[in-house]
Parts: sequence; C-alpha cells; structure tokens
Amino acid sequence: MQEKLCSLDQAIGDLLPGGSSVVLGACLEPDIPFAATYEIIRQGIKDLDVIAPISDASTDMLIGAGCVGQVTGAWVGNVSGGLGHNYRRAFENRDTPSIKLRDHSNFSLGMALMAGAYGMPYAPMRSLLGSDIVKSNDQFIAAENPFCDQKEPVVLVPPLIPDVAILSVQRADKYGNNHHWGNRGLAQEAALAAEKVILLANEIVEPEIILSDPSRVLVPGYLVSSVCHLPAAAHPSPQTGCWRRDNEFFNDYHRQSRDQEGFQEWLDEWVYGVADHQAYRAKLGAGLKSLEITGQALSAPANFAAV
Amino acid sequence: MVDYSIQELMIIAAAREINDGELVFVGMRLPIAAYGVARLTHAPNAVGLFECGIARYAPAGDMLYTMGDPPNQLQAAWSAGLVPVMSQLQRGRVDAGFIGGAEIDRYGNVNTSYIGDFNKPLIKLPGSGGAADIAAMSKRLLVIMNHEKRRLVEKVDYITSPGFLHGGCSRADAGLAVGGPSAVITDRAILRPHGPDNELHLASFHRGNGIDDIAENTGWNLQVRPDLAETPLPSPEELAALHEIDKDGFWH
Repeated sequence: MQEKLCSLDQAIGDLLPGGSSVVLGACLEPDIPFAATYEIIRQGIKDLDVIAPISDASTDMLIGAGCVGQVTGAWVGNVSGGLGHNYRRAFENRDTPSIKLRDHSNFSLGMALMAGAYGMPYAPMRSLLGSDIVKSNDQFIAAENPFCDQKEPVVLVPPLIPDVAILSVQRADKYGNNHHWGNRGLAQEAALAAEKVILLANEIVEPEIILSDPSRVLVPGYLVSSVCHLPAAAHPSPQTGCWRRDNEFFNDYHRQSRDQEGFQEWLDEWVYGVADHQAYRAKLGAGLKSLEITGQALSAPANFAAV
Repeated sequence: MVDYSIQELMIIAAAREINDGELVFVGMRLPIAAYGVARLTHAPNAVGLFECGIARYAPAGDMLYTMGDPPNQLQAAWSAGLVPVMSQLQRGRVDAGFIGGAEIDRYGNVNTSYIGDFNKPLIKLPGSGGAADIAAMSKRLLVIMNHEKRRLVEKVDYITSPGFLHGGCSRADAGLAVGGPSAVITDRAILRPHGPDNELHLASFHRGNGIDDIAENTGWNLQVRPDLAETPLPSPEELAALHEIDKDGFWH
C-alpha cells in the first residue's frame, strides 16, 4: 500500500489547480474542513467551482477571498449567524453577479453526486417539481416517467463528478483508510464521485484500528489521494466525539464580514496572518482547548470474528 | 394570567400541528422546540428527521446551534447520510415538515433564494437547503415566519419551495400529488388553505391581534375562514413542557 501522508499546503498545491471543482465538506454543518478553506485562500487559488449542499460559512469565505468562479449548491450563508455577506456582495448592486450560481436543493445535489458516485447517466427525482430551481439552473431537464402509464412528471439531474473532495474524518491511517462517525450528509457520495479525495484527519492511527471496524469506514484508502494530519481541521465547525462547535467564532465572522473592509481585516487576522493550521491552533489557544470534547459516550464494540 | 412570550405561543402552536406517531422533518430554532414540546405532551411517539442525516426519538438534551452539533448525534435513532434520510420524503413516508422563509405568497409558495429577478437580484438569500424538498414531498408543510407585509406577499419573486403554486389544482398538475401548506404560523396568526382555490385564509388570531391589523400586515386581500377562532392560549402542560426543554428561557 502507498503511504499518503502529506502536508496540507502540499496536498492543496498539488491536487487543486485553479478552475477545479471541489467539495469542501459535505456533512452540512459538522466536519467542514475549514483548514483547507484557509489554505486555498492563502495559496490564492482562483476560479473554483465550489460544490456544497451547505458548508456553513466556508463558501462565503472563499467567495469573499476571490477564489470562486461558480457555486454549485443548495445554500450559502452562515448557519447560526444568518445571511452570507460576501455571497450577497457577489450578487447585489452590480451589473452582473461576480460568480455563477447553479442552484440546487440539498436532495438534488445529493442525487447529482449519487449519480456521479454510482456512474449513473443521470438521476430522476420528484422533489424539484414546482420549484423555480429548475428555471434558474438550466441543467435540470423536465421529463416524464417512461415506466408510468399516466402522465407523471419527473426532473432529470445530471451527474456531478468533482475534481477533488476535501473531507474531515476523526481518524485515518497513513494509507488513507479512515473512520468517520456522526451524520455524513453527502460526504460518502462526494468521496465516491470525486476524481481525487483529500482527507484531513483529526488523528492518525495504526492501520489495525481502522481494519478492526470496516463498517465505520467513509471510503477505503485506495480511493484517497492524500491524508493530512490536522487536529481540529474542522474548527469552527463541530466534529462528533472530538470538537464542539465554536459558535462565537461564527458570530464574530458574521459581524466582521458585514462590510468588505471588515472582511479583509478578518482574513488578515485569521488566514493571511497565520502561516498554517498549527499557527491557527496556537492562535486559538485556550479557546480551542475549551471546545475539545473530553467526555465519553462510547458505542458498544461490534464483533467481526469469523469463527 | 398565563405568562408566555409570542415565540413560546408560536412554538406551542407548531407543536399542536404534530400528531402522535408521525414522521416529521424538523428544522432548527422554533420547530425543534415545537418537536420537543409535542414529544413531551400529546405526541410521545413522533420521530424527528434532520436533513444532514439524523433521525431522533427524544430531542437532543442540550442546546443546538446546528442540527449536526454533538448533542444531536448523541443517542440519535440514526446518524447516516442525507440521501437515506431525505429519500424518505420522496418515498412518501414523511407526514409533516417545517420550513421558514423570507417571503410567502397567498398560495403558500415560499422564497428563500432571490428578491427581484434571479438574473440580477436585489437581495441574494441563502437558497433552498432542504426546504424545496420538504415543501414538495411532505404530506403537510408547516411554515413559520414573522407576519409583515413585505414577507406575506401577493406573489413571491421566486418559488424556492412550492406551496399550491398558482392555486386550485396547479400543484397536483405539476406532479405533486400530495402535500402543500397545512398551516402558516406567524407572530400574529395562523393561516390555512381554504376552499378549492387553496388560498391561505386567516384561521386563527393570537390574543391581542385584531383581524384588521392582521389583514393590514398581509400583502394580499386576506380572507377569513368560516371557522375563525382565537389561537388557544398555551396550556400549563404545554408551557411546562417547553420550559423543560428551554431551561435557560431562550424563548421566554
């Protein structure tokens, strides 16, 4: 097996050229790889197509930093804070929006990534019927169910194959095998659909630990391109069993990003002004420590014995 | 004199919309509190679904800022993916779903995407999230929002989440055989669809709100249902249940 441990700046630099389509966390609110969001901004990567059902404030940060050409997503904002100010600025008071938007619902994005993951030519679905999402995103096709005698409208969703999926997991081995627990959102579909997967692991463990519970694996290591060891890579988003959500950080971001100057100051302080994730953790200091989950609510062991 | 806030009344009114044994898509904030109240009072067997991939029996024991927070994972009935959980909507299993919105119109269509033309919006709102799916595929849609003339409008600029579309049979004609708004719970009143046109009419008013006032704050010519009544005040049991969930008095 090939060892895949590398630094985050190397993984992003090598695997994510400008113009790529990228999933940055797909669990909706938890496990969003903000460390990668910041590294993308630091490297000044441009013209990304950011694919996200809901990646909390990550997408808003990337838009404000000028990294985004297109958003393919269902929701952009700040989940506990409110509207995404950079997202609004990209659309409002302009002759034309500064980014393209391919509107989705959460479920249609799920169908698109599922079709990508499973090699389906397209996915038929019902739940965009009646929504103007099929008007503002002209990629959807209105059709009729060929298996139904009566007229039954359906919506056809084209597959999405992201160039890169960047996902946070609780633990991985040096080969990219990993365990993830808690809700998965579209993380598994994204990992299976993407051409390349970068994992940000809260902890690196011996391969035996991952092999002991194959049912907890998000995707096996042979589908993973790089694994980076980054404790609290998801900060300020939560990670089940490891980190609580830093609500104040999201609120501060919301306040400071209200105008362009404030957002620039926020970027200077939290992204450009810190060299890497280690420096970011050091800057958070005791605040980060207080978010660490120290309690235990262990699941019962599962027996995989063969005889 | 019953001591309650308007948010508490809205939460309790929303809780009454959940029947025992039902499968309900729960959002954050007011709906999650409503789900908790329903479980503790008349609906102990309701099941709550969260689009991030979680199903729960008992509501989370601690305050949630997002549905993926650790307290919502602990002791969940299921912590899985979005597709297996949201597919239960399309499978026709979900009885009711809660959404909020920036704008709603007389036929219960909800906009959370664009104010103005979508090619050049005056205001860019966050988008659907799971709302379009919940609105299309739940057997009953429950909408919670503030009652302002600029929010309750004649026609929304963009239908993110379909209600009764253009009224009458237009929802069914679009392929949505079931569902549609069942109640719109505001800080002044509850609106429900009425008659063959499926337009939202005034079903009940919260104490202290005159019918004229409510109509004045509604962007269409609001009709009154024949069964118009005052929204029942929170009962002591309902308030006790809410206080058990909301120990810090966030909603009080």
